[in-house]
Amino acid sequence: MLEVRDLRVVYLTAHGSVKAVDGVSMTIQPGEVLGLAGESGSGKSTLAHAILRILHPPALITGGQAIFAGRDIMEMEDAELEQFRWKEISIVFQSAMNALNPVMRIRDQLYDVMLQHGLTKGEAHERAVQLFDLVGIEPRRLDSYPHQLSGGMRQRVVIAIALALNPPLLIMDEPTTALDVVVQKDILQQIASLREKLGFSILFITHDLSLLVEFSTHIAIMYAGEIVEQSQARELFNHALHPYTVGLMNSFPSIGGDRHKLTGIPGSPPDLVTPPTGCRFHPRCPNMMPICTQVTPQTNLISNEHSVACHLYSESK
Amino acid sequence: MSIITKVQAMDTGSGPAETEPCEKPVSTQRDFLQRLFRQPKAIIGIVILTVFILVAIFAPLIAPIDPNAFVGKPNLHPTLVNWLGTTGQGQDVFSQLVWGTRISLFIGFTVGFLSTLLGLIMGMIAGYMPGIVDGILNMFTNVFLLIPGLPLLITLASFLPPGIMTVVMVLVFTGWSWPARVFRSQTLCLREKDFVSAAVVSGEKTGRIVFSEILPNMLSLVVSSFFGSVSYAIAADAGLAFLGFEDVNKVSWGTMLFWASNNSALLQEAWWTFLPPGLCIALVSFATTMLIYAMDEVTNPRLRSEKEITRVLRKFHIFSRRSTPVIKEPITQ
Repeated sequence: MLEVRDLRVVYLTAHGSVKAVDGVSMTIQPGEVLGLAGESGSGKSTLAHAILRILHPPALITGGQAIFAGRDIMEMEDAELEQFRWKEISIVFQSAMNALNPVMRIRDQLYDVMLQHGLTKGEAHERAVQLFDLVGIEPRRLDSYPHQLSGGMRQRVVIAIALALNPPLLIMDEPTTALDVVVQKDILQQIASLREKLGFSILFITHDLSLLVEFSTHIAIMYAGEIVEQSQARELFNHALHPYTVGLMNSFPSIGGDRHKLTGIPGSPPDLVTPPTGCRFHPRCPNMMPICTQVTPQTNLISNEHSVACHLYSESK
Repeated sequence: MSIITKVQAMDTGSGPAETEPCEKPVSTQRDFLQRLFRQPKAIIGIVILTVFILVAIFAPLIAPIDPNAFVGKPNLHPTLVNWLGTTGQGQDVFSQLVWGTRISLFIGFTVGFLSTLLGLIMGMIAGYMPGIVDGILNMFTNVFLLIPGLPLLITLASFLPPGIMTVVMVLVFTGWSWPARVFRSQTLCLREKDFVSAAVVSGEKTGRIVFSEILPNMLSLVVSSFFGSVSYAIAADAGLAFLGFEDVNKVSWGTMLFWASNNSALLQEAWWTFLPPGLCIALVSFATTMLIYAMDEVTNPRLRSEKEITRVLRKFHIFSRRSTPVIKEPITQ
């Protein structure tokens, strides 16, 4: 449904261009939930925003394609993009608190996107009530201002807005980061049931691994602007291959089982103006080999739907 | 230990433009100066201002001729002896220009410093102390903002004994309110920040909070305001002198213009009597404006990178900015 090929995004700064997304390829099939995980600054949000081409300057897309239903988003003109966004792919932003305008009624903010895409006011009203039913808020709340709602409700409103035009793909950029775990669980369950009902796909961005494994059907792990490992969720959870993924998995405790010390990953993410040569993870990698500092690892398909970019698993070894 | 490593591995909260450089942060002050000196605008401004300051300091060496002495016939054309000719009264224009730099720059910088300082005190106190203090100070500021500047200047200047200090006082009196308004709103904004709350909770004294916590955050604004006031003061001083509200026997750029107009230089076509001082005033204003722009660009990273991307986009003939531009060719920076 969405196929991203070799996408590259840079931020131009006075110190050089920051290669925030560097040659990322991935696919999302209908009905899938692709979880995208990685540290802060690994480029996950940049990737998501680049797919909709809503990155602010100084961002610049320097290559690649994002093909959705046969059309390349990177080739679209402004007017075409405006019709495309939200109708085909919509996005739930990182913090709902900031995504809603504090001086406009919720109603008008919901109407905004629908009127823009050719609905009449009456239809918009009907749809708004319907959407609020869908996300579990009383329709009389339509006349509230954002500050009159709780954080969880605001997040629901933002999700309702994202669903307004029934898009086949939803990008969710850490939709529950600002919420407490109980509300978080509530909202994720709701998203899951909505997905079953409406059948949309999700590109789900998070740095919360437990949530990711729980929620996604497929997972892609990003490090320093590249996807290092991609697989089905269960498979990745049980057979993580890339040392970075393994490190991430060891960074959070399991509820059952034996007690063992959390190891984490030493060091910090690299400077993306001048990324490390060869494999970008090699300065922090516990399994570093001589070849890692020289040659950029290719992405290898290990088994059905499980690919990894690491010299440990390349054929040449 | 384990918690710390976990936090390191999966830092919370991420914006799209976040990258953490792994080198140690360089000394920010040196970094700042380096960036400033890489700005063409800053270099232009600094060079022009330095030249004028040197001229003011070394006036006796540069122009040994007494600026008040009568050295020749009135309105002589520029010659090798009198580089910029003579005034309508037969004084050397070049000498007057050089010596006039002293008074004009002195007034400019003194007024700039004092009105920024006064504005800072009034603005920060008003901004940090809501309620009655803010009410009174803000009312004062508003009154001064509302009073039309030039008439007040003229009224004050004509009632007070003429002299440089009078001019300085008058210009500070009419010039502090705008900086005060800017500083007040900035303080109001910074006061609500979490680091100020943290300072309050940790028991810091009000003075320390205002001057060590809040003030450094608006330094770029203070510097801009200083240069803005300098430019205002030099122009206003020239205006007052031109209208004859200053001691016209002192040589400054303003009084040069006054005498040029008095001796009907335009009718005499004696352009060399009014063009040089006018040009100097314009140049100083230009230099300070350049410095303000440079300051803005250095302290505002967004502006800096905007400039960079605008340059790249223009090269590829992309003018629409409503969606993230796509350029699939190599970019040379």
